[in-house]
Amino acid sequence: MLAIYKREMRGYFTTWTGYIFLAVAICLSAFIFSISTLLNSTSELSGYFSIIVYGMVVFLPILTMKSFSEEKKLKTEQLLMTAPISSWQMVLGKYLSALTMLGIYLISTLIFFIPLFDYAVVDVVNGYGPNVALMIGNMLAMMLIGACFIAVGIFISSLTENQFASIVLTIVVLLAFLLIGSFNSLIENESVRVVLDWFSLYSRYQSFTYGMFDISALLYYISVAGIFVFLTTRVFEARRYN
Amino acid sequence: MIEVQNLIKKYGDTYAVDDVSFSIKQGEIVGFLGPNGAGKTTTMNILTGYLSPTMGKVLIDGIDIMEKPIEAKRNIGFLPETPPLYTDMTVYEFLCFVYELKCCDLNKEKHLNEVISTVKINDVKDRLIRNLSKGYKQRVGIASAIIGNPKIIILDEPTVGLDPQQIIEIRNLIRILGKSHTVILSSHLLNEVQAVCTRILIINQGRIIADEKASNLLGSLGQSTKIKVKVSGPQKEVYSILNSLPGVTKITESGIKEGDSFTFLVESKNGIDIRKPMFNALAKKNFPIMGLENTEGELEDVFVKLIDSDKRR
Repeated sequence: MLAIYKREMRGYFTTWTGYIFLAVAICLSAFIFSISTLLNSTSELSGYFSIIVYGMVVFLPILTMKSFSEEKKLKTEQLLMTAPISSWQMVLGKYLSALTMLGIYLISTLIFFIPLFDYAVVDVVNGYGPNVALMIGNMLAMMLIGACFIAVGIFISSLTENQFASIVLTIVVLLAFLLIGSFNSLIENESVRVVLDWFSLYSRYQSFTYGMFDISALLYYISVAGIFVFLTTRVFEARRYN
Repeated sequence: MIEVQNLIKKYGDTYAVDDVSFSIKQGEIVGFLGPNGAGKTTTMNILTGYLSPTMGKVLIDGIDIMEKPIEAKRNIGFLPETPPLYTDMTVYEFLCFVYELKCCDLNKEKHLNEVISTVKINDVKDRLIRNLSKGYKQRVGIASAIIGNPKIIILDEPTVGLDPQQIIEIRNLIRILGKSHTVILSSHLLNEVQAVCTRILIINQGRIIADEKASNLLGSLGQSTKIKVKVSGPQKEVYSILNSLPGVTKITESGIKEGDSFTFLVESKNGIDIRKPMFNALAKKNFPIMGLENTEGELEDVFVKLIDSDKRR
């Protein structure tokens, strides 16, 4: 697993993928941050984070689009699938490397918050300094939601050898996951609403934005990520029978 | 070393591998011989755990590859039809990756250097794989297969697409590997498996239709002997001389004419060597033989015969 993880990390920085991801993600985040906080003269961050969730829909698939699509195209998956490792090790190696990239991105964006501590003195909206607990809660939520997005992206990349199809399909599916929650209020049937709510990655996110540590939400995100990683391993097991 | 029992692989309704059983002992160099689509690659993919069989059992050094895939795969080095190479890495980086992927416990630097010198890629080890020629890529593929010193090495069409010089080098390499490993390779060229292997399995339409020591294969198959001969002289006269030789069963004019030479395909009964009497007869008339070629053993002939006898069975 470590071999695959190391190769993936190396791959991110010897090809353009890693740089494009960090450039797009950080620039987009900086832009959103400026508009939602600085230009609004507020240290209130929930606006920023709720837009970043949608931003991740666009830039996280850059990390995952090649994962398995390229292996399939170059036939290198044959090397991995005949190596003495399990499908889990193969998928987790890739998954954790993408997760590391997400971590690098999130840590880089911490720099945005530094001015808030000074600037908050003249915060006209809230009148108080930035809420650190809320900041940590939101960063954790970003990591968890991102972990789900990456798992979905890797799963989709294992289904196709076309990188473009992989990235488009991932964005569509992730958007659907987020929007289920928004449409939910329009649905009258209670049981349908409960079921749809289960698939909504966004609604679980609410409690984090209040700075609350919600253990059920934590478990929810970890399970969703786990399910998609599991499904990816199944894709490879199933392929042996085709 | 390898035990295959009643292997079946179905794709939909077609059988890619149809009830194949064989066993391979340690130290053998076995050639899978067959036309494209015969099931060679599928069989190899099953042996290496890349595909699962529909039915049947594969034991690698006594370990069932379906039940304990990781342990079984440790004993196998595999070079698929297209060498699986990460083209954005240098040769050495790639080999390091494979070394770690296989979780080897040998001394890394020493072992990799051994592998590199065995397959002779020392002069390209710092180059990007993307920029290598096909022959070198094939060598890097073989290098990745032998990393970790697996007991069994499986090579799928190792010489396809290479130039003659590279083919000779790869064959020599396989012979060297055969001294310390059990080797299986596939090919659709009879002369290739004859040159390298100690045993030949002929596969057609998913079934093994012959399993012979390389040295007996041709003799046991031959019912007649076929010679291609190019003679300088008038076509009709040469034809009648050839036809009068004892043991000749059939003469085909190939229609190839070079200057005043004509080429004939002469078939004779098995066990009768017509070359000496042919030379004498033609020499008497002063029709020089410009070329003589034993075409016996061309894969097509062997196949036609094998498939015929297979049908009769």
